[in-house]
Parts: sequence; structure tokens; C-alpha cells
Amino acid sequence: MSERAADWTKGVEAIVYQSCGACGKTQYFHRSFCAACGAPEPVTKRASGAGTVYATSLVCRAATPETRAHVPYNILLVDTVEGFRMMAHGDNDLAIGDAVTARYQSFAGRLVPYFAKAK
Amino acid sequence: MSFITGVGLTSYGKHEGSSSLDLMSKAAEMAIADAGLKRAEIDGILCGYSTVSPHIMLATVFAEHFGIQPSYAHAVQVGGATGLAMTMLAHHLVDAGVARHVLVVGGENRLTGQSRDASIQALAQVGHPDYEVTLGPTIPAYYGLVASRYMHEYGVTQEDLAEFAVLMRAHALTHPGAQFHDAITVADVMASKPVAMPLKLLDCCPVSDGGAAFVISRERTGTAGIRVRGAAQAHTHQHVTAAPALSELGAEIAIAKAKAASGLAISDVRYAAVYDSFTITLAMLLEDLGLAERGEAAALVRSGHFGRDGAMPLNTHGGLLSYGHCGVGGAMAHLVETHLQMTGRAGNRQVRDASIALLHGDGGVLSTHVSMFLERVR
Repeated sequence: MSERAADWTKGVEAIVYQSCGACGKTQYFHRSFCAACGAPEPVTKRASGAGTVYATSLVCRAATPETRAHVPYNILLVDTVEGFRMMAHGDNDLAIGDAVTARYQSFAGRLVPYFAKAK
Repeated sequence: MSFITGVGLTSYGKHEGSSSLDLMSKAAEMAIADAGLKRAEIDGILCGYSTVSPHIMLATVFAEHFGIQPSYAHAVQVGGATGLAMTMLAHHLVDAGVARHVLVVGGENRLTGQSRDASIQALAQVGHPDYEVTLGPTIPAYYGLVASRYMHEYGVTQEDLAEFAVLMRAHALTHPGAQFHDAITVADVMASKPVAMPLKLLDCCPVSDGGAAFVISRERTGTAGIRVRGAAQAHTHQHVTAAPALSELGAEIAIAKAKAASGLAISDVRYAAVYDSFTITLAMLLEDLGLAERGEAAALVRSGHFGRDGAMPLNTHGGLLSYGHCGVGGAMAHLVETHLQMTGRAGNRQVRDASIALLHGDGGVLSTHVSMFLERVR
């Protein structure tokens, strides 16, 4: 089994993905195999945090007291330069196509990736 | 061969004091009576799920509650596509001789059985537990993401999306069982509270109590012959993060396979019943299915194309957006209305010709798709 590297989902300031040694595909959701070709033990890599905004949705109605304290918050899908797509938070004025870089922010008691326009 | 021999539908909205099993039973009783059958003649049961009363064996729980002992029974869970997925399975079951009369049933007291927050929370769990749900998205946010991208790629506006809410409300006004009875305008939709932009309150279906059921039989039980001509599914992903490009979504795959299975074309279709959890869902699906050119669905709504008297009447009961959405039963109402239209029993909502209908369901975040053609035979 490939070791699961600590990333933001574990409270560590990092975005981690996997790259398949057999077919070269990247995947974001951690698995012990490559979902594209089935080869075992894809290599875990740390992403640069650079990407492009693919989609946005500003959440104005949240469903828990913890998340309601943050509204409005902008949920993004970001296409990373490494080739995988991820969900994250970001500045409220981001638009599709914007080049962005990641930092980290506290949200509802957890650490989440937060994107702002690349400088 | 399979026939939809009976349908049952409760009103949607508040059913204070009714459990999920109560609502399922009510709809089931109506469907069995509509088919002209007795309870004991039902030898198969397919049911959906209830977020209010989850159970690992809901079909047998229901069978016991309802008082029948089927020879085939289990639950099916593919989100909003569950109703059509069950119908497709029932079609194959009776066709294969596994059962003669399969009861397909869904119902839930989703509005009065739990808080709105609890419903929104439960539905958000279709997202990835580690990589998505932790970010605080809601179902409207998942679809809001898709909407933002669709609008970006095809030049669709928020006003365009609002047209679908207005149309579904106009249809609901003619159905006494619908949850909403106040007319709305594009301006009302635009001015409604932001939920998950670009989606506002009136772009979103409500949370409802309600139940729906059908009986799928190997032979017709009355004079009406509404048969399943062909159906197909597609499952491209579960999570929106893992969704393919807009041009590669499952609706296009499912409809292509359903056309092949039925030998029918979109030009044969006289009535459409399309999943409409949000205005964007309906806009996209109409275009993915080929019922409108890309980016043109809203213009067709404005021209009256999808109205009761239009060339392609659509969700004449008001859809999820305005008849209501009680979970699995939500989109089953689309099939009940289609059946009423095809059998000439839709009263003041009756369309001119519903001889061939296309139904389409979507579960998750455009994750699971079922396309189905129904045909009236003499």
C-alpha cells in the first residue's frame, strides 16, 4: 500500500496528488492504485499550488452553524498546473480563467486550501 | 415487453404527521388501484430510500408494512435518477419473467420529518467526504459550479435560467397537487435570495413531503397500453471534482444508448419529462438530450415551445421546481404525469399528443443518468 502523505485534509498545509508510473495519469483523490489503468502504487507528489479557475459558486446559504459563520464563501474548482482538478475556497471576486495560487485558511475549525489571483 | 399499468401520486408539500412509509403506502395503494390489481397480485417491489428514515432493507420493511409478501424485493439508490432506474429494472424484470407485476415506490416526509438544514446537510453528502464536504458546499453549490461553467462556455445568462423556473411554476399553477400556487416572473427569480451563485432560491427545487408509485407489468391490465420502448443509463463519475468536460457528460451517453435500444429519434418525441432539480439542470439536460440546440433552450422556453400547447410539452405538472421534490418520489412524479398525459387523463393540463414520451433522470451532480422512451400502443 502506498503511504498516504499528510495534506490539507489532515490539517497540513499541502496539496498532494498521485502520478501513475505506468500510464502517467494524475489523480487527486488518494487511492492505492491508479484509477485510469489499475497499476498499483502511484507516486505521491506535492502540488505547487498554482492553477486556473475552472468554476466558481459563491455559497450564501450554508447548512450548519459552523459554516454559516463564514457566508458568503466562494467554492472553486481549480485546474492545477500538475493536471488534476480540485475543489477549494478562494477570493469572492475570482472569475473563470483566472490564474491563481494557493494558501491556506481556517474554515469551520479545519484547514482548507484558499486560492487568490497569482501575482 | 413491459407496460406501466398503474400510477399513483400524492400532493407534494407538507404532510404533517405522515411517515415515509405512510407516504409510500398511500402512493402504492393508488398505483395498484389504477392498475386494477389487488395487493396480492404484486410479486415484485422496488423502492428507493428515505433520508429521514434510513434503513438497510427498506423494500422488505415496506412490504411488511404494506402487507404483501413479494417474491422479489430490494431498494435502489442512485439519487435523483432512482425512480427511472427502478422503472428500467422493473421493465427488465418483467420482461425476463422474474415477476409479473412490480411495484415501484418512493416517498418521504423530507419537509416535515426533519429540519431544512438536516435535508441540505444530508444531500451535501453526495460530495467527497475528505476532498469536498469539508469545504462546506451544498447541493446548490455543486450545481452552482456546473452552472458557472456552463454559462461561461455557452453564453447562458441568469435571466435565461430564470425562464425555466417561471415555466415550471406556470405549469404547477394548473395542478392542484403542486407545492406552489403563486405565479412568478423572471424578475422574481432574479430578486430571490442568493443560495449558491449563480443559483438563487427560485432556481432551486424545494424540499417536500410526498409519495409516488407505479406498477410495471408483463401484460397490460386494462385498455391503456403504455409500454417501455427502451431505456439506458450512463455513470461517468460521482463527485463534481471528478466530472468530465461538459461535452462528455452522461446525459448524452444515456440518450444515445436509449435511442439505439428503442429505435426512436428525438424527432419522434411528443412529450418530455426531464429532471429539474435546479434551473441549470433542466437547461443543460434539454440541450444534452437534443431537445434544444446548445445554448438555445431558454429561447425555446420564451417562445412557448415547452408549454402545454407548445411543440414539446415539458413537465406539465410543474416539475421538481414547482410540483416539489420529496427525494426519490420527486422525479417519479414526472413519470406519473407522463402516464396521465399518454392515457388522456391529464384534465386541464392535457396536451394534444403524448403518444411517445422521453423521460430523463439525473442523480448526484450529473453523475448518474437514465434515459427512457415510453410509447402508447393500441
